[in-house]
Amino acid sequence: MELVNPGFGLVFWTAITFLILLFILRKFAWKPILGAVNDREEGIKDALASAEKARQEMENLTADNERILQEARAERESMLKDAREMKNKMIADAKDEAQAQASKMIEQAQVAIESEKKAAMAELKNHVAGLSIDIAEKVVRKELSNKNSQEKLVEEMLGEATLN
Amino acid sequence: MFVNSYNVRTFAPNLKQGIFNPVRMRINTLKNIILSALFIAVFNVSFASDSKGGDGEEKFNPNEMIMHHVKDAHEFHIIDWNKKPISLPLPIILWTDNGLTTFMSSGFHHDDSGKEVVEKNGGKFVKFHEKIYQLNDGETVAVFNDKHELTNAVKPLDFSITRNVFMMWVSVMVLLFIFFSAARSYKKSKNNVPSGIGSFVEPLVVFVRDEIARPMIGEHKYKRYMPYLLTVFFFIWINNIFGLIPILNGANLSGNIAFTMVLALFTFIITTLSGNKNYWQHIFWMPGVPVPMKIFLMPIEIIGMFTKPISLMIRLFANITAGHIIILALMSLIFIFKSVAIAPVSVAFSLFITVIEIVVTAIQAYIFTILSALYFGMATEEAH
Repeated sequence: MELVNPGFGLVFWTAITFLILLFILRKFAWKPILGAVNDREEGIKDALASAEKARQEMENLTADNERILQEARAERESMLKDAREMKNKMIADAKDEAQAQASKMIEQAQVAIESEKKAAMAELKNHVAGLSIDIAEKVVRKELSNKNSQEKLVEEMLGEATLN
Repeated sequence: MFVNSYNVRTFAPNLKQGIFNPVRMRINTLKNIILSALFIAVFNVSFASDSKGGDGEEKFNPNEMIMHHVKDAHEFHIIDWNKKPISLPLPIILWTDNGLTTFMSSGFHHDDSGKEVVEKNGGKFVKFHEKIYQLNDGETVAVFNDKHELTNAVKPLDFSITRNVFMMWVSVMVLLFIFFSAARSYKKSKNNVPSGIGSFVEPLVVFVRDEIARPMIGEHKYKRYMPYLLTVFFFIWINNIFGLIPILNGANLSGNIAFTMVLALFTFIITTLSGNKNYWQHIFWMPGVPVPMKIFLMPIEIIGMFTKPISLMIRLFANITAGHIIILALMSLIFIFKSVAIAPVSVAFSLFITVIEIVVTAIQAYIFTILSALYFGMATEEAH
C-alpha cells in the first residue's frame, strides 16, 4: 500500500521544482522558441503570399502583353484595310477624274470643232454668197446689156408685184 | 452509438485509430499477462523461501528487491561491491519539534532496519524501510512489535532530498540545458532557422502545439496553455526516460504517485481556474435536458471534475511503475531459479519490455499532455 501513498517531501519538492521549471522555461525557452517558429511561419506565409502575388502580376502582365499584341495586330489589320480601301478609293477617284477630264476635253474639243465648223461654214457661205453675187452681177450685167431686156424685166416685176 | 463506432473501427483497419488502438491494447494485454504470471511466481517463491529460512545461504527476496527499486530512497545506491554497497549519500531534511534538522544519509551506514541511531539537534533518528523516525524522548533503541511496526517513535515531516528529488533536479538541469541551447540556436541564426539541438527540439515543440494544443483547446485560446503543456510534456518524458537508465538505478520519479499527483493537481487547478460560464453550467445545470435529469447529472459532473485529474495521476503512475516492475521481475528470475541458464531468457524478455517501455515513455507523456489540453479545452469551450 505504501506505493500509492504519496510522500510529503516529494510532493513538496515536485511542486516547487515544477513551478520554477515552468517559470524559467516559459521565459527563456518557450517564448523564444515559439516566437521564432511563429515568426518563421509568418515569414513563409508572407513569402508564399508575395510569390502568389508576383505570379498573379506576371499573369496579368502576360495577359496585358497578349492583349496589347492582339490590339496591335488588330490595328495593323485595320490599317492595312484602310490603306487598301484608300488605294482603291484613290484609284477609283483618279479614274473618275480622268474620265471626267477626258469627257470634258472631248466636249470642249467637240464644241471647238463645232464652232470651227460653224465658222468655216459661215466663211464658206460668205464666200459662196460673194461668188454668187459676183456671178449674178456678171450674169445680170450681161443680161441687161440691152435696153429691151431691161424694160422687159421691169415689166415682169411690176406685173408680179401686187399692190395691196 | 458506441457499438456502431466500435464496429466501424474494427471493420476499417486502415483508419489511424483503428490500427493504433488494437496495437496498444495488444501490448497492454501482453504486459498484463506477463505481469500477473510473474507476480504469482514471485510471491510463491518468496513465500517458499520465507518458510525455508535460515539454511545459511543469503536468501533472495524479489518482492523486497523490486519494491526497494520502485520506491523512493534516502541514498543513491549504485552498486554492491564485495558485499559493500556503494552509494551516494543524500541530505536528510526533517522538520522536528526542535526545528529544522539536517544530516547526511550516510549517518545511517546503509542501515534500513532501524538499528542505526543518529543523534542530531537533540533528537534520535532511525531509518526503517526508507522512512525516517524520531525516537521518543528517553528511548535509545527502536522497539518493534510483532507486526514489524515501530512502537516508540514518531514520523517527523520529511523534506529530504531523496533519490527521486535528486533525479528530478538532474532532469531539470538536462531540460534547461537542452532548451536553453535550443533557444540560443534560434537567436544565433538570422532567419530563425534552428541548428544543433534546436533542430531536434523544434519538431517536438511544434508537435505539442499542432497536434495537442491546437486541436484540443482551439486556435484562439491555445497560446495561454502552451508553456504549461510543453513543460509537462518534456518534464514527464525526460523523467520517464531517466527511469529506464539502469546506472541511475531506475529512479522511478514519474512512477511515483507523489510526482503524478502534483502534476495532476496543477492540471486540475488550471482547468478549474480557466473554467468559463459554459463549463460551470455544464457541471451544475446541464443545458438541453429536462430538470430531473439536470439534478441527476449534477453530482455525476461534480465527481467527474475530480475523477479526471485522478485518472491522470493513476494512469501515469501505474504505467511507469508497472514497466519497472516487469523488467525487475524478469531479472529476478535469474536469482529465483539460481541458474545462469535462465539469464538469456530473462535478458531477452527484459530487453523486449525495455524497448516497449521506451515507446511508453513518450506515449504516457503524450497522453498526460493531450488529456490536460483536452480538459483545458473543455473548460474554455464557448457555448454553441
